[in-house]
Amino acid sequence: MRVLFLVILLFGVVIYVFINGLKNDPKIVPSALINESVPEFQISKINSRINNFSKRDILDDKNVKLVNIFASWCLPCRIEHPQLKKISQKDISIYGINKKDKIKDLERWLQELGNPFFAIGADNTGKASIQWGVYGIPETFILDKNSNIRYKHIGPILEKDLETINSIIDSLRYE
Amino acid sequence: MSKKAVILIFFFPFFIFSVEPDEILTDPVLEERAKEIGMQLRCMVCQNEDIENSNADIARDLRILVRDMIVDGDTNKEILNFVHEKYGDFILFKPPIKSYTFLLWACPFLLFIIFMSLFFKRKN
Repeated sequence: MRVLFLVILLFGVVIYVFINGLKNDPKIVPSALINESVPEFQISKINSRINNFSKRDILDDKNVKLVNIFASWCLPCRIEHPQLKKISQKDISIYGINKKDKIKDLERWLQELGNPFFAIGADNTGKASIQWGVYGIPETFILDKNSNIRYKHIGPILEKDLETINSIIDSLRYE
Repeated sequence: MSKKAVILIFFFPFFIFSVEPDEILTDPVLEERAKEIGMQLRCMVCQNEDIENSNADIARDLRILVRDMIVDGDTNKEILNFVHEKYGDFILFKPPIKSYTFLLWACPFLLFIIFMSLFFKRKN
């Protein structure tokens, strides 16, 4: 009798864990880089008018900052763009990694939609994106004053996400 | 071609790799290693395919990375560790044994012990 009770209990626990697992969105995989420092990555300069950046530049920036991976060919990035502009008005540097884009397309994109980025570097091979553990774009990282990755937003930042993003930025500023 | 042969082709279970010709390493031994590593890595976008069999952009980038690292002289373990470090447990088809995967790995043994004890109790 006791064994039967144990079996039923164990079965119940397993079912409970599995049913809870079903509620997770399988498209969203938490980043393995949370609480890690800036990874090694190599990006290249786009042109003389756009500032490039390196790992060193991020480490030297002692403010809370964002790293956003985007491309002009990425439709959700276009949806996200107005929100990035709003965030940039909060006096925060957004570092852009431009994935597999054409310089002309990027220039047209920035001209048409505006440029919320503090600096942009080109990831022409997709290797820098791998180094950041990116699997789909857009993705956005929030880094604290010591340049540790504290939060990752997967997919476009929508109007409804702004509250969360802003509150994370604010709380990191007061750390 | 005879009708039979055509029909046979349609029923033949093809195992098609998505690896594109320009990605393949010229050294067949190294290419074999790349395949072996690639089959252990999950495509994060399609989620049920390994990167060798996926057409997704990220899978292609990862295949190239794996091959570049092989050519650079990294061992299989070093390559898997690098990718694991960047993407976490989910990218591995075989999840490592950790506190939160313990239930997953222990379940078969626990169930085996429980049912065995039930079985012998009945007999007695």
